[in-house]
Amino acid sequence: MTPRALTKGNIALAEGAIQAGCLYYFGYPITPQNDIPEYLARNLPKRGGIFIPAESEIASINMVMGAAASGKRAMTSSSGPGISLMQEAMSYMAGSDIPCVVVNIMRVGPGLGGIEPTQGDYNQAVHGGGHGDYKNIVLAPASVQEMFDLTIKAFELADKYRNPAMVVADAMIGQFQEPCRLTPAEPILIPEKPWALTGRQGRKPQLLKSLYLAPGEQEAHNLRMKAKYDEIQEHEVMLETRELDDAEIMIVAFGTPSRVAKSALTQAREMGIRAGLLRPITLFPFPEKEIREYSSKIRKVLVVEMNTGQMVRDVRINSHPEAEISFYGRPGGGIPYPDDIIREIKKALKKS
Amino acid sequence: MNRIFKRPDSLTDANTHFCPGCTHGIAHRLIAEVMDELGITDNTIGIPGVGCCVFLYTYFPIDVLEAPHGRAPACATGMKRAQPDKIVFVYQGDGDLAAIGTSEVIHAANRGENITIFFINNSVYGMTGGQMAPTTLLGQQTTTSPYGRDFQSEGYPIRMAELLATLEGVAYSTRVALHSPKHVNQARKAVRKAFEMQMNGMGFSMVEMLSTCNTNWRVSPLEALKTIENEMIPYYPLGVFKERTGKDFL
Amino acid sequence: MYQDVIMSGFGGQGIQIISQIAALAAIRKGLEITYLPSYGVEKRGGRTNVTMVISDSEIGSPITNHPMAIIALDIIALETFQPVVREGGVVIANTSLIPEELFTRQDVQLVRIRSNEEALAMGNAKVANMICLGAYLQRTAYMSFGDIESVIGDVIPERLKHTIPDNLKAIQKGMDLAR
Repeated sequence: MTPRALTKGNIALAEGAIQAGCLYYFGYPITPQNDIPEYLARNLPKRGGIFIPAESEIASINMVMGAAASGKRAMTSSSGPGISLMQEAMSYMAGSDIPCVVVNIMRVGPGLGGIEPTQGDYNQAVHGGGHGDYKNIVLAPASVQEMFDLTIKAFELADKYRNPAMVVADAMIGQFQEPCRLTPAEPILIPEKPWALTGRQGRKPQLLKSLYLAPGEQEAHNLRMKAKYDEIQEHEVMLETRELDDAEIMIVAFGTPSRVAKSALTQAREMGIRAGLLRPITLFPFPEKEIREYSSKIRKVLVVEMNTGQMVRDVRINSHPEAEISFYGRPGGGIPYPDDIIREIKKALKKS
Repeated sequence: MNRIFKRPDSLTDANTHFCPGCTHGIAHRLIAEVMDELGITDNTIGIPGVGCCVFLYTYFPIDVLEAPHGRAPACATGMKRAQPDKIVFVYQGDGDLAAIGTSEVIHAANRGENITIFFINNSVYGMTGGQMAPTTLLGQQTTTSPYGRDFQSEGYPIRMAELLATLEGVAYSTRVALHSPKHVNQARKAVRKAFEMQMNGMGFSMVEMLSTCNTNWRVSPLEALKTIENEMIPYYPLGVFKERTGKDFL
Repeated sequence: MYQDVIMSGFGGQGIQIISQIAALAAIRKGLEITYLPSYGVEKRGGRTNVTMVISDSEIGSPITNHPMAIIALDIIALETFQPVVREGGVVIANTSLIPEELFTRQDVQLVRIRSNEEALAMGNAKVANMICLGAYLQRTAYMSFGDIESVIGDVIPERLKHTIPDNLKAIQKGMDLAR
């Protein structure tokens, strides 16, 4: 077993990408994710890969498209404004069944905003972001180890479903450090990609496109994509639960707020309040069934996010109709502390 | 019977969707003929821009990636870096390369990406119905310059072949025209030279082709050919603006 | 075992190095830790703050608004974090740079260390940070001198290896002063 070394979230993510077999990275600088391109600029050439400091986020994601269409694992990373610029190509890739990994180390917005941590891009990542009727696979790490592990997972899922996968982490998860094992839990297997554009030699010409003009073609394409999303929803949900069996209140949180919630629920239990936690690890597929089942038993639900309320809508839609959903959100770089969550728990339970 | 003329193997037998009189078909044929000659069809990947050229895959029996508008040079960058042993070409119109995609083409050229771009300059947005492009000539009437392009409001037509030739990463930048047999022959040589540049690892190559869009110019096919000779060539001179002879970069 | 601490000073005082030593020692001891250095805007004006959480079980929050300990190497550090230290918590203060009248909390364990002068007296002005680290280790008692001694060589960069004996002496000095 390799010893655990103190590692920054962004570095664990970048190393995870290389170990996942991603040898093609294209990116443009933006805080708070610059550790990722800087690490890859140093390390990809040494490990047989290609790093291009692209002229823009638009160019970055389109370079990803070119490398990914060649059948290679390819990635870019950015934050808020840069991710907005990438939406066009992400929509093209979704529509053309081209797998890729896009990392968003979320900074506050809208606009130029600032560089503090946030979860303000939940809706952008989970509910589209680009044009057309499509979904990204979205993974939300909450530890440095998960920055490594879920980046590998993102490549696996992207390839498996030929779909863009995002890793979204607030800047806290990107910037803080924890002991981490930088070795994959399972051997990395990169699937065959017979659809890749490698020249027609020995086979018929192939095409990757998202243009469908003939009557009914686009509808059939959208319905086929829907079937793919249904399959992802059915098979790929990942979540963590903590002390829900006897809970009188269920906290739902991802990323940094889920970490803070863990501290809060330990303290709450010491006060005799039976709090539990459900942490979605995949934001799409969202743990719909699990939220429905737990909320039918635990009728008080507290959603904590670092925004003004985005995931809470998905929790509401999927919760038991009689569950009482409350929300505590800290936008704009505010970070909830355990005390804050305990206060909100008490409020929700109408305890003083 | 002795067959002396046939469809190139690198062209399918699909019926063309291009308007009668449009020179896209000539450009397609030249590229296909040269691909046959060089024997690269099996190893070539084409990336069309968005517009009339988007149906590249209908006409070329090769692997094709459809790129977002203007972004084909970036897609080609990723693809060529991932497969340096393959031939990657981009086929873009002027709305694509000279407007929305200027950033991508300039930086691909400046990095000296070892790719080839065929740039169809017909001075308008063709597929969307003849709107003004950065390449539209002064005084030219289009649906969005109904009173004629005025430099005081819309600036001057942009000369991409000359502009790209200033960049160190460019191995070959030329402008040709497709309006007469003589010019078509010259264009064919340029297409071949551009592919050879890539095959020899010389860096970025670009062939700008002055083309007709008689439908949107609202003229007959014959008049359109004259328009290239009498109106386009005076502003867009033909010639080679950059030709690298050795791989030695500065 | 659970401990959270904020270490703060201005750039060059050596917050990074003492926090990294403590972090690695904790990891080698088999403890869980989270380590959050200031980044971006927070770094403006050359400040260095590090929040560390150390525990023998899984760590939830990597941030704290009521730290159990602070190491304050200058006035701004004390003024920023003294008000939030938990009742009964540990305040390691570099009184070479912090005037007496700034100490307002009566409900904390205040450890005054004139670390700049102590370092000079030891013959190496650069070990003031290590003296404060020693005092912190002494008062929090979750790690021993030996824990630090066994990792310090892995944290101090190669070109500064010759400073290790002085640094260790300074840590010992800090522990003695805080006894």
